[in-house]
Amino acid sequence: MLLEISDLAIDLPSPAGARRVVHDVSFSLGAGESLGVVGESGSGKTMTALALMALLPDGACVSGAIRFEGRNIAGLGEAEMQKLRGDRLAMIFQEPMSALNPLHRIGAQVAEPLVLHRGMTKAAAWAEAVRLLDRVRLRDPERIARAYPFALSGGERQRAMIAMALSCAPDLIIADEPTTALDVTVQAKILDLLASLGEQSNMAMLLVSHDLAVIARHCRRVLVMYGGTIMESGPVDAVLRRARHPYTRALLEARPRPGAPRGERLRAIAGVAPPSASAPSGCPFAGRCPLTIDVCRTAPLPTVEFEAGHRVRCQRVDASGRLT
Amino acid sequence: MSASALKARGRAGASLRLGFALVALLIGAAALSLVWTPYPPDAIDVPHKLLQPSFAHWLGTDGLGRDVASQILAGARVSILVGLIAVGIGLAFGVALGLLAAAAKGVVEDAIMKLCDLTFAFPALLSAIMLTATYGPGVVNAIVAIGVYNVPIFAKLTRATANGVLAREFTLAARAAGRGPLAIAFDHVLPNVAPALIVQATIQFAVAILAEAALSYLGLGAQPPQASWGRMLSDAQSWMYVAPRLAVFPGLAVALSVFGLNLLGDGLRDALDPRLRARG
Amino acid sequence: MLAFAFQRLLVLAATLAFASLAVFGVLEILPGNAAMTMLGASATPEAVAALAHKLGLDQPMATRYWSWIAGALRGDFGLSYAYDSPIGPLIAQRLAVSGPLALLSMAIAGAVALVAGVYAAERRGRAGDAAVMAATQVGLAVPNFWFAILLVLVFAVHWRLAPAGGFPGWQAGPTRAFSALILPAISLGLVQAAILTRVTRSALLEALSEDFIRTARAKGLSRRATLWRHALPNAMTPILTIMGLQFANLIAGAIVVENVFVLPGLGRLIVQSIANRDALVVEDCVMLLAAFVIGLNFLVDLACAAIDPRLRAHAP
Repeated sequence: MLLEISDLAIDLPSPAGARRVVHDVSFSLGAGESLGVVGESGSGKTMTALALMALLPDGACVSGAIRFEGRNIAGLGEAEMQKLRGDRLAMIFQEPMSALNPLHRIGAQVAEPLVLHRGMTKAAAWAEAVRLLDRVRLRDPERIARAYPFALSGGERQRAMIAMALSCAPDLIIADEPTTALDVTVQAKILDLLASLGEQSNMAMLLVSHDLAVIARHCRRVLVMYGGTIMESGPVDAVLRRARHPYTRALLEARPRPGAPRGERLRAIAGVAPPSASAPSGCPFAGRCPLTIDVCRTAPLPTVEFEAGHRVRCQRVDASGRLT
Repeated sequence: MSASALKARGRAGASLRLGFALVALLIGAAALSLVWTPYPPDAIDVPHKLLQPSFAHWLGTDGLGRDVASQILAGARVSILVGLIAVGIGLAFGVALGLLAAAAKGVVEDAIMKLCDLTFAFPALLSAIMLTATYGPGVVNAIVAIGVYNVPIFAKLTRATANGVLAREFTLAARAAGRGPLAIAFDHVLPNVAPALIVQATIQFAVAILAEAALSYLGLGAQPPQASWGRMLSDAQSWMYVAPRLAVFPGLAVALSVFGLNLLGDGLRDALDPRLRARG
Repeated sequence: MLAFAFQRLLVLAATLAFASLAVFGVLEILPGNAAMTMLGASATPEAVAALAHKLGLDQPMATRYWSWIAGALRGDFGLSYAYDSPIGPLIAQRLAVSGPLALLSMAIAGAVALVAGVYAAERRGRAGDAAVMAATQVGLAVPNFWFAILLVLVFAVHWRLAPAGGFPGWQAGPTRAFSALILPAISLGLVQAAILTRVTRSALLEALSEDFIRTARAKGLSRRATLWRHALPNAMTPILTIMGLQFANLIAGAIVVENVFVLPGLGRLIVQSIANRDALVVEDCVMLLAAFVIGLNFLVDLACAAIDPRLRAHAP
């Protein structure tokens, strides 16, 4: 198993003391697998991703275990983490417009991990960078390598970011909303690229997004997060077709339906998401959930696996997946 | 809000209070000197020259027997006078120029801004020197030169904010309602610029005090018998080997005044900005 | 890059032209007669007229301006009334002191600002940062000529480590010459160091909050490497720009500091010429100083464009 997370909890500093933004998160990811993490803003999905890279904001506290290739990297020293970042673990971010240094050429930025982790000379790394830019299907990779970020479009920059992430052939690539800032037409191409590259090199991918459709197309398994914890997880088909958690079902119902009669209102989920896990105990969705009962607010969430690999955490769902 | 941001807020309040206290001290000293000083600041008393600080002379006497403490008090007068008028000139002409630039736009705006940039090549001291070369030394020339230097600073500030305000829709609505440019300037632009102008004014006040001290040191500013901290420093230099303490007090006076004004400016900026953001 | 440089060069020439008009205008606008000011109020009208004719002051303003500019471009800066010698060599001699002084103090200020600014940015919000900010506040408030006097008191009078004033000349050897410049350069550099430290710190903090810093760390770069390789270059543009703007203030400060240390530089020449009523010398010196400031800002523009490719790009 490439990645095993157990009981991950993340606390962030705040004027009122430490605030728990992620709690009770456990999942695993095998080599070459693709896992999607879906949730709204404040669900803790980005924090979870950052925790894997140990790039949380200063003052953040992580508890639980993050086992990468058998080794617990939670709480690993900074020097050790630096060796892993960019080499075994790579991450691409949401805003390609600002994620590249405007003063350095693209080629140099793509080559930087190679120089850092593989000890290549600048010239050799540059040549390899051009090859990588070609692999991410950029036209005229030589020109792109010599160019500066401001001369590239959003889609081109994100491809360059992917090339940068791939440079040392990492075992795991984490993509945090990689296409949210891009045009719709470009989004699909980028995601297809990521998926195919993943398959080619047996690279595992953790795709974080608020967009169910994106996850559905490109991931084998999915985690649904809300209020800092996992509500439902399993193979994508199973979760989409046989969702059991009230939140997941509400998400699925809230999607606009093409072909629906005119004037039909979108079924939004009433209420607002909690500002990052303010629920001290019980289910974070309690109150907003239409099926809330008393025990939802007080008892810790159970985990029920009612079909192969498909788990749900809800007080109202029993062991066979039926609503009680 | 992070812990460090909270600490920063606390520090801002402290700097505001300390700055205010020091500036109040400066103004108080100047005001006091108008009605009373321990001795007349220009009273020459050569038999009692170069005395150590004592009960009779709190800070001692200088090379001509003049009481140092009295001169320090009187020197505050010149510093405040120069600061006030120079900043006043800068504000009056600078704000008007800035408003004009923002309203006129196009070539006029560019021309005014280029003119402002040109002035930055001539720092206050240099302009003051040019003026004294032409018209002779004196406080008035110092004030005019420093004041003229302030004009482009306030002009640029005003124009930048004015452009921002004028671009917003409510001014469009005001114009559609038939309000004239003057009314818009007073009702909308000035309230938005005022906080930034106040902060900048305290900073320019400090700059003016420094410039005046430098000019007086060179003999180009306030002329004797008018007491001025810069001139005291120049006199002190002649007595450096005999009475080094004479160099300490006037410089300390300048430093504390400037320090206080800068702290006040910083504190005001922190106090005014968040409220601005909350309102806007 | 070349097109950018050429465009800036044109702006430079235009700015210099305007500056010369400004200098000439201010100094020649006096209602009285320059010759009369030189000779004093008690001079006879004939003496005044004779001097005015000798100095070419009775010609129309435009002619005087033109001959001044044309002469300067040729290298002929006119004759000093007080010294009765060509101004050009006089200025060159004084430049040999003021130039190195300005460069030395800028270098000191830059070095201090870099170290202190990076230190403060790395320790943002903690004690080290607060200490640096407090120190810069003090540095901003201290008048440079007072600091100079204090330095002289401590290092020259008390400890006798450096000369209290005067300049032995470059022919006395670089060590002796520099030791005469070191205290003046430090006192000049203090205020600049304070200002530049603040600018460095804030520019760095701004750069460190950008997204590409997170990308750099995700690649496995250490905090230190990220700061020096990614953050600092992005902070350089505002730092260099402020350095250029401050140069004018540095020169103004040099005028005073040269008088404290009795250095035979341009600053002292200006002050002495005012006392001597030598208007042409003052005019030439002021123009020269303005030209230096404008020229330096031009160089700063070029340097910023060299660092930041976005500045030299033409709109696509």
